[in-house]
Order: sequence, then C-alpha cells, then structure tokens
Amino acid sequence: MMTWRDSILTAFDAVRTHRLRSVLTMLGILIGIVAVILSVGLGQGAQAQVQADINQLGTNVLVVSPGSATSSTGSRGGFGSASTLTFQNAQALVNSPAAPDVEAVAPVSTANVSVTYETTNWTTQLLGTTPAWRTVRSRELLAGRFITDVDEATAAPVVVLGPDTATQLFTSGNPIGQSITYNGTQLQVVGILAPLSSNEATSNNDLVVVPYSTYAQRLVGGTSRNAVSSIYVKATGSGTLSGAYQETQDLLLNLHGITTPTSADFSIATQQSILSAANKVDTTMALMLGGIAIISLLVGGIGVMNIMLVSVTERIPEIGLRKALGARPGVIRRQFLLEASILGLAGGLIGVGLGILGAVVIPHFVATRIEISIPAAIAGVFVAILIGISFGVYPATRAARLAPIDALRND
Amino acid sequence: MTDTGNAAPTGEVQVLQDAAAIPVIEMIDVGKVYSSGLLEVPALRSISMRIETGEFVAIMGPSGSGKSTLMHIIGCLDVPTTGDYRLIGHSVSDLPESSLSDVRNRVIGFIFQQFNLLANMTAQRNVELPLVYAGVPADERRARAQLALERVGLADRAGHRPGELSGGQQQRVAIARALVTHPALILADEPTGNLDSVSTNDVLGLLEELHAEGRTVVMITHENEVAESASRIVVLRDGVIVDHDATLAGSVSRS
Repeated sequence: MMTWRDSILTAFDAVRTHRLRSVLTMLGILIGIVAVILSVGLGQGAQAQVQADINQLGTNVLVVSPGSATSSTGSRGGFGSASTLTFQNAQALVNSPAAPDVEAVAPVSTANVSVTYETTNWTTQLLGTTPAWRTVRSRELLAGRFITDVDEATAAPVVVLGPDTATQLFTSGNPIGQSITYNGTQLQVVGILAPLSSNEATSNNDLVVVPYSTYAQRLVGGTSRNAVSSIYVKATGSGTLSGAYQETQDLLLNLHGITTPTSADFSIATQQSILSAANKVDTTMALMLGGIAIISLLVGGIGVMNIMLVSVTERIPEIGLRKALGARPGVIRRQFLLEASILGLAGGLIGVGLGILGAVVIPHFVATRIEISIPAAIAGVFVAILIGISFGVYPATRAARLAPIDALRND
Repeated sequence: MTDTGNAAPTGEVQVLQDAAAIPVIEMIDVGKVYSSGLLEVPALRSISMRIETGEFVAIMGPSGSGKSTLMHIIGCLDVPTTGDYRLIGHSVSDLPESSLSDVRNRVIGFIFQQFNLLANMTAQRNVELPLVYAGVPADERRARAQLALERVGLADRAGHRPGELSGGQQQRVAIARALVTHPALILADEPTGNLDSVSTNDVLGLLEELHAEGRTVVMITHENEVAESASRIVVLRDGVIVDHDATLAGSVSRS
C-alpha cells in the first residue's frame, strides 16, 4: 500500500505540473476567502466604529432632535425638517424643578462654514452652544479655556478650536490669542479642545465652538435665530437616564402644547436606542456580507469540482496506468482528494494573505474601518480545505471507479 | 502469491522452484461476455490453457479474435464472466478491485504498445512507480529502479523525461518498470507496435534475454516476425484458441 508521504508528494507533483489549472482552481476559493475576511473585517470594523461613536456621545446622554418621534419601525418622519426646538426650550430644562434627574443641558446649533486665518482657509463645522456642552460631551481642553457664561451673556467674539482644526489653520505658532475670521467677523481663539483619540471620526476633532449667543446674533442669525439643531441632555447618573428621558419629554411636550407623546414634534434618542438601531444595521450588513461570502465560497467550490472533473477526464490514461501498476481505487481517490485539499489549502492561505493585505490597505483609500479577525482567518483556511475536499469527493470517486481497461484504452 | 511481490532476487528463485509444480497461468473454461444494453457480445468463449514458469509465449490472432480481452484477463485488468483463472495457483476470478490492484502490482510486469510512461516524470521515477504503490521505502526504490535501468542499458538516461528519449528507449524504460518488482509474469501487449525495426529488434532481444534468464513472458502480437521470438505461439480466433503450439507456417495459413 502506498505511503501517505508518497500520496502527498504525488498530489503536490500533480498540482505543480498543471500550474495554470491549479491557479484557476485556487482562484475561486481564494476570492471566496478574501470576501469572507473582508466582510467579517468590515462588519467588525463597522461595529467598533459605531461603538466608538456611541461612547463618544458620552454616557447618560440624551439627544433631543426636532421632528416627529421615532416610530415603531425606527424611521423618523420629518427629521430636522422643522426647527421646533428653541434655545428657550433648552434653558427651561436647566435647573428645572420638573426635571430633577437632568444634570446639564446644552443646546447646539450647527452650520458648515469656512473660516480663515491669515491666508489659510478651512471648512469645518461651526457649533454654537453653551458652556455646559463641555460637561455634557465630556471634553477636555488641550490649551486655553472653554467658552464661559460671560462669553454667552455678552455674545463675545471668542472661539474654541477642535484639535484638528487648530492644526489645519495654524501650521506654526500658538493659536491662543490669534484671531480667525468667519464671514467678516473676527473671532479670538481662547482655547483648543483635546482630541478624542479613541475615535477615528474626524468630526469630533474638527470643529469650532462659539457661544450660542455669538452664533445666533453675530454669525448665522436670520429668521430662525432661536432655533437649535439639537439639545444634549445629561442625566445625573445611569440609573436616572430613564427618569431624565421622561422629564425631558414631559417638559417639552408641555412647552410645545402637545398632549399626546405620539404626536410630539421632537424626538429623543438615547445611547441605547442609537446602539440598537446601529446594531440592527450591523446585523443586516453582516448578513448581507456573509451571504455574499457564502455564495462566493460556493462558487469557488463548484469551480474546484468543475476543474477537478476536467482534470480526471484529462488524466484518464494516467489513472489507468497507475491502476494497472497496482494503485488501488482507494489510493487513486486519496490522491485526488489530496490534490483538491492542497488546492483548497493554497487558495485559503493566499486568500487570507490577500484579505489581511486588503484590510490594511483599503482603509487608506476608502473611509472605512476593517478589523483583522484572526479567528476568521483561521476558519477561512479550514473552510477552504473543507471546500476542496467536499467538492473533490465526486471527481475523486469518479477517478477511483474508472476501470483500468477503459482508462488504458483511452490513449 | 503475496510473497512474490516484494521478493528480492532470492525470493525469485523461490518462485522458480515452486514453478515446477504450479503453472504461472492456468485457465479453465474462461469466457467473457460484454453486454451493452440488450446486446450480449461474447469476446471469449471457452479458453483453457496453461503457461508454465519460464515459458515465452506469444498470443496471436487477427483483430476481433479476442486477444485484447484475453490479455486484460491474464493481466487482471478485467475478470472473466465464466470459468476460472488461476495465477500461480491462486484463483483471481472473483477478487475485489483492490485485491486485483495488489495482484497486478506484485505478480505482473506490464509492457504496453504506447509505452505508457508519465510524461512529467523522469525515467527513474517512472520505473519507481510500481514500487511506490507497493509501499517500498524511497531509498530502496531508488536503488532498485537504478538496477532495473542498468539491466535495460539505460542507466545513463535515468534523469531524462520520456519526451527526451527515443521510442525504443522509452519502451526499454517501460521494460525496466515491468522488471523492477521482480514479477512472476511479464505481460507485453504489442510491445513493438509503435517501434521502428531497429528498436523492435532491440526490445525483442531484451525479452528473449529475460526469457533466457528464466522469466515467464507472455506477449500479445499480430505480427509473425515478432511472434517468432517466442518459444510457443498460441493462436486465437473468434474467442477460442485454435492452436496451442502453432508453427509460424500454420498461423500464416490460418490468417
């Protein structure tokens, strides 16, 4: 009986001899494995991204947005279409006896603007808010100070820069005390926010913060002077989040003269609700990507079977000779199965290599995050071998069943 | 029979000694019917014959006479439908496929018309092939293949691939492959069918030498000049043996 070592060497020989065919066979599996590695990586990357975004929001924080409430299906009609929230709404929540669970409230108005320092232009997000924003969003300062109540009261032309914004505008020198210009208005830089390193979303590090009064009166103004984009509400603790939710809802409904919560003209999102919505999206994406990966692996497997069948047909004389010289049917089957699993292994290893390479390279070109999953890589290689073997069974059995005389007659 | 397979030269002597009592090939009323759908085609009707150890037998017959079928049965590449076929005293008529593989590996050395060497392997590795299936360790395989190639005068061509060898050289490599297992029977199927006259003489000379050394050789051919090399000629026609020891003149007159 042929030794396993010789069987493996013979299979390697066959793979090496028919190079082009081997590469083509491998290609199907390879693409499938790359798809698996990338889809798992994308899924995990997206999840990590969402998690980081949500952590960024700060714990115990509610976000009140204008527009109708979140419906049961999760879609929000008229989101942001009407500025139903006002600066006064936010102020009403501050230190209200009706809202004992609310620790801090920060109304926020935003606009995309272009600011200038000397000859440098930079497009960024302008944020008009109150000093409480820092508490609510848990932001640290890199230098200088944050906006104060005095700034707010006097609509002072002061600005706090996000760390990225500071780097973009001031290539050298200390920005504190310098002035930047927006729309002809000079704003003095009083502070720089510390970067949020755990997160890759640049919007948290690229922004300029001014007092709400400055935003409304000096910079953006217009008819909707009192309207805000959103109100951030921080609860006193994680245990009081639902209390704060209820109080905020009741108070705002009351202020807006609405009796039923279902017809509210605003919506309140919690970290939890954002998380579950994000997870729902994640699950959908993971299912879709997983489906694509499974289909590509299946196609790869059918490719293996197809080419192995061609290989068997092409090598009928060889199989016949080997049988005539004493190869048992089992040995022939083993040889073809080994060939198929070598192709699977090679395709799997190369696929994992390319997948990891893709996971490293792609984020440099596309704004996406791909995690490298070692379990997925290991599983990928095993799945590749498994596909090679399972789709190789039929061709190998056919080869093993060839009668030596039929096989020899073929030449 | 199992012991003869891996037999070193000493074992071979053993076979030769046993041979006095037991014929290498003994067929009793062997018949073979090929059925395709409703049609049943008898290829062999009732073949009974003995081939003793050390004989050099040529099996002749016109095409369609059943000599290929007989060759397949002698070579354990196919099994008879009826009758009994004994190879060195053991019935192989009802053996399962994998046992037949072992019998072919250990007892029979094949030489084919088309040489049937594997194109991507060197002569050396082609000769080693039957030993691979016998599970012989690599270094012993190498040594035995080298000896076999020396025997056919191709020791210096061991590293060449079939494509780099002439037809005559390729057939000699195939003969070395047939010899390497020290088989009890060398079975040659039209061994000179694809060769020019020089190479034909070369190959027939080798077979005669092997015969002179005491080996049993069975050769299927349709050429008189080739059959001349044999010590006995069996003539087949329409699936029956019409002559167990023909003279060439006789076989010519029949065909």
